[in-house]
Amino acid sequence: MSSADLRDLYQQVIMDHNKKPRNFREMENANHLAHGNNPLCGDALVVFVKLDGDVIEDLSFQGSGCAISVASASLMTEALKGKTLEQAEHIYQQMHKQLTGEEFEQAALGKLEVLGGVKEFPARVKCATLSWHTMHAAMDSDHDISVSTE
Amino acid sequence: MLDLQAIRNDFPILDQEVNGYPLVYLDNAASSQKPVQVIDAVANYYRQDNANVHRGVHKLSQRATDAYEGSRSKVRDFLHAKSDKEIVFVRGATEAINLIAQSFVRPMLNTGDEVLISHMEHHANIVPWQMLCEQTGANLKVIPMTTIGELDLSTIDELLNERTKILAVGHVSNALGTINPIKDMIKKAHAKDIPVLIDGAQAVPHMVVDVQDLDCDFYVFSGHKMFAPTGIGALYGKQELLEAMPPWQGGGDMILSVSFEHTQYNELPYKFEAGTPNIAGAIGMGTAIDYMQGLGIANLAQHEHELLVAATEKVTALEGVKIIGTAKQKASVLSFMIEGVHPHDVGTIFDQQGVAIRTGHHCAQPVMQFFGIPATARASFAFYNTMEEVDALVMGIKKVQELFA
Repeated sequence: MSSADLRDLYQQVIMDHNKKPRNFREMENANHLAHGNNPLCGDALVVFVKLDGDVIEDLSFQGSGCAISVASASLMTEALKGKTLEQAEHIYQQMHKQLTGEEFEQAALGKLEVLGGVKEFPARVKCATLSWHTMHAAMDSDHDISVSTE
Repeated sequence: MLDLQAIRNDFPILDQEVNGYPLVYLDNAASSQKPVQVIDAVANYYRQDNANVHRGVHKLSQRATDAYEGSRSKVRDFLHAKSDKEIVFVRGATEAINLIAQSFVRPMLNTGDEVLISHMEHHANIVPWQMLCEQTGANLKVIPMTTIGELDLSTIDELLNERTKILAVGHVSNALGTINPIKDMIKKAHAKDIPVLIDGAQAVPHMVVDVQDLDCDFYVFSGHKMFAPTGIGALYGKQELLEAMPPWQGGGDMILSVSFEHTQYNELPYKFEAGTPNIAGAIGMGTAIDYMQGLGIANLAQHEHELLVAATEKVTALEGVKIIGTAKQKASVLSFMIEGVHPHDVGTIFDQQGVAIRTGHHCAQPVMQFFGIPATARASFAFYNTMEEVDALVMGIKKVQELFA
């Protein structure tokens, strides 16, 4: 074990998104936003959403966290931008299944499959899910809302 | 000097592989491992002597009582207190601080009074005081800290004033390892008749503590950080202060007589030990004290100091690594940040090499806020750690840097 497994967790794509997170910015005209916290490790992020009808016109985030949480948030913004709420919900569900070791639809996840290595590290699953839960809460609410995972 | 191999043989948990590597346990400030002597003492108590204390006339109850009270004497000796009456068994340092906050400080606290703590306290020595201030309208004041992680005592004369009703400060910082100059602080507080509580949770595993020499009014610690079981700890209090305090919790064992009209409380220290106590835990803690004293606490401290010095030198020599907390007087703790890598990732990569460290805010969020960081990685040593394990720490850091290059 060990080195091989670590490479499964810290894949090139994840390291790249950690170093250069995409859509890492405050969004001034966001119409949904939520704060996410993992009090155990201190990860904290804000997810900004701009919805046009039921289409995610723009999605961004800001905050600090470990490589897994930053990369997961960054990959999420790329994957969900331009999607309808229904499509986003479907991807969210598949992502959740992937991280909890259930069967999931690979086609729905695409690039997000690189986060699958996280499920071998139970202590780190929350890092990968934080941004997703935060995004979900933002969509569900029309005011600023706080989410906490631990 | 110490026979490290023999010592390690006393700690069966250390002899195992984690993720294919020999376990390197460097999370002692969170909780220490237990020697077989402590494990056996707990098991033998349940096998041979288990009964309730201070009650039965039967043999088992007498044996349980003797062992429980024997542990109290060991704690008294360990802290160099005057009397067994000054030693109250509690769940841990947290419970002891809550007890003092509610029983000793609360009755004398009025709106506008002050409780003084420091910036480097563990949450256990912050939150009970915050709760107390909310209950009474008193204000929480904080001794500031310097950038190397020492207490900034330049304003201590103003911070200790006629409104201050207690000074509560840690002996050793769990997040930074700083050993605070508590003896001087106690002297300054006493010059203004301000009582002092010392949180010794991170000190007792690493140094000889003499509460009479310190002249502190209260000293608290947890057993599990000093090789004893979880769920047991001790509160030392000067006898005259404990005598004057009302009980904290009511129940069995803390009474002399009960009627519906009136209850007469028991004498010290039983007044503060309501309900059946953690008898096995207390016995285990007494055995842990025997074990440390058998090896010589000064010898243990010397070995740990050598580990800390070596680790500090080796980590300092690495590029891209910053040690958080570089006080001149430190014990056991090496908190660090690896440039560009979140501590949580550091922890996972270490774990994959069998090295257990703590990552996070260490229940000292104000310390993290002071340094403007969300978390640190923290290696903390006990006397059973070796120089090879210091090298494993250094290797771990290099591995992280390689992976995140």
